[in-house]
Amino acid sequence: MKSKFVHSNWRKLMGAALGVSLGANIGIASAAGVNETGLAVTDDTVKVGILHSLTGTMAISETGAQEAEKLAIKQINDMGGILGRKIEIIQEDGASDWPTFAEKSRKLLVKDKVAAVFGCWTSASRKAALPVFEKENGLLYYPTFYEGLEQSKNVIYTGQEATQQILAGLDWVAKEKGAKTFYLIGSDYIWPRTSMKIARKHIENVLGGKVVGEEYKPLGNTQFGSVINKIRLKKPDVIYAAVVGGSNVAWFKQLKAAGITGKKQTLLTLSVTEDEVLGIGGENLEGFYSVMKYFQSLDNPNNKAFVKAFKEMHGEDSVIGDVTQAAYLGPWLWKAAVEQAGSFDVDKVVKVSETAGIELKDAPEGYVKLHPNHHLWSKTRVAKWNKDGQATVVFESDLIEPNPFPEGYQ
Amino acid sequence: MGYSADEMMAIFAMQGFAGISLFSVLLLMALGLAIIFGQMGVINMAHGEFMAVGAYTTYMLSVLSEEFFPGFIQYYFVFAIIASFIIAGILGFLAEFALIRHLYKRPLDTLLATWGLSLIMQQVFRSVFGAREVSPTLPDWLLGSYQPTDMIDIPLNGLFVLALTFFVTLGVFLLMFKSRWGLRVRATTQNRVMSSAVGINTKMVDRLTFALGCGIAGIAGAAFTTIASTGPTTGSLYIVDTFMVVVFGGAASLFGTIASAFSIAQAQSILEFFISGSMAKVITLLTIVIILMMRPEGLFSIKVRK
Repeated sequence: MKSKFVHSNWRKLMGAALGVSLGANIGIASAAGVNETGLAVTDDTVKVGILHSLTGTMAISETGAQEAEKLAIKQINDMGGILGRKIEIIQEDGASDWPTFAEKSRKLLVKDKVAAVFGCWTSASRKAALPVFEKENGLLYYPTFYEGLEQSKNVIYTGQEATQQILAGLDWVAKEKGAKTFYLIGSDYIWPRTSMKIARKHIENVLGGKVVGEEYKPLGNTQFGSVINKIRLKKPDVIYAAVVGGSNVAWFKQLKAAGITGKKQTLLTLSVTEDEVLGIGGENLEGFYSVMKYFQSLDNPNNKAFVKAFKEMHGEDSVIGDVTQAAYLGPWLWKAAVEQAGSFDVDKVVKVSETAGIELKDAPEGYVKLHPNHHLWSKTRVAKWNKDGQATVVFESDLIEPNPFPEGYQ
Repeated sequence: MGYSADEMMAIFAMQGFAGISLFSVLLLMALGLAIIFGQMGVINMAHGEFMAVGAYTTYMLSVLSEEFFPGFIQYYFVFAIIASFIIAGILGFLAEFALIRHLYKRPLDTLLATWGLSLIMQQVFRSVFGAREVSPTLPDWLLGSYQPTDMIDIPLNGLFVLALTFFVTLGVFLLMFKSRWGLRVRATTQNRVMSSAVGINTKMVDRLTFALGCGIAGIAGAAFTTIASTGPTTGSLYIVDTFMVVVFGGAASLFGTIASAFSIAQAQSILEFFISGSMAKVITLLTIVIILMMRPEGLFSIKVRK
């Protein structure tokens, strides 16, 4: 018994030694230095982390993002990987709990030594993980449209910051619908409040319009009867909404039940993507508008290929919302930066991302380019929802410069 | 502000209905819990999850009828409510048999056990139906609004929940106060040993009471699919409001539950109209806390021999 044990161990050791010496030879021959960054890089693999909520209340939203990241990584691997190395995924569950995000980030960076992490969804989870990424010098690709007011060396933001999403949409509704009066309503936390602050400044100072009401409801609230009556009393030209999560469904169902429909009332929302429509139901949204940078219905060959590949991998019934597409960009942006830097080293990848004008020419949403401030130049689109849960784009802006610290809007 | 009298009247009417609608929602949520808490002294932390069972039952029937009997979609909702009652009731019956009955002498442990049950049920929902929230397809007669005049819109789903709450409450009253079974339940509550001595099967009474409470939670869940969406954690959204209504009303009294639901709903909806939603909630909760400090037993209480 004992001798057998020793024997098999000995063979393993021999094998490992052989592997190491072989590997070392190839390493010297092909890409010197790439493996010596202290990250989990070998001659044919590089490890990355995916960190989203697979359980808990946020799993609804984050499922699509992690599916898109896996699709991008699979496609990159099929093309031969990055610097000749296949990407290996280590997936962790943030469990909709913000301290867990910090803890799992530390595990990914310190124990697994991943070269990059694709993850987080809510601002709260990002804020919790951020100190870890800054301390351990990790690299996070963050996919959600968010309130701005942040720029970390260790984060690349692939969604829109607030001014990109808000200003173009408000300009459109003022011009196209002649809107003068606005009723602002959102869920009660940082993203809607910051967004509404920017919207109010823009409405009052730039568009010369008037905000006739501003209201925040607790997260998870399902009763909108009183607010709807207030709105009816104020008769705004536009209802401007950022209600999130389960509340969103109640909000739109009750609007429809109260006879406020897309036929009579202009409503522009910041928080409805194709993902939310599954719950809300197309019939409750018909005729209302969303402002986002991406819609599944975008009519261009890159998007069609993306939608097809996504459905092949994750099922015919899956839908793709704004954040899902932004999450898909993360691995591609990382690939472009790593290849240009010739290294997985975080400092080098960040430097290239800031200075080299990393761009994706054929992203599903169209051309995007990294700005030195770590956000993306992107277009903003307004689309009208149809009964079938898809949206028709009615307006498309030019490329908008990201401006996470907008002067005059704070 | 410059509103005509007609407009003010219309808003007044609609706002009044908003309050009544919230009242019916709160009452429907709380009824099942009030029965279980009031008659058995068990605090059912999984109450919200039994509501979710009803909501998911409705969703499944909606999917099934869309798939196999498209013509049936206008009527399935009625059957969904009945099915929700039965399925949630059966699950409640089993939960009492497997779990609750072993813990009657340890009230704090029932709290923990039913909380554990709620977590298990949430994970089952997540594994079976996925993490995304779902909504059943509603029949046309539940969508839109009733317009008595040009300016007044009364939501049809609100009217529906109101009517449903009325009938369920009426049913519970008849069952509790006019039927032989209700007599046995009340007898067991008042004096378990004596009831047992005169031949009442108190164990079966407990089991059916728990099943009834859970079944009513199932009805509430089915009804709320007309208002909001259903996800694995939907139940935990409702549980706080539900407990608030039951505790404020006085744990052992159905009248108290009704009065409590009415006053909370009216306070909430009137305040919401004049100040912001979050502040309205704060003021309502503060008022409840103050009243409970003065009357710890709640609005109404029945004296029970312990």
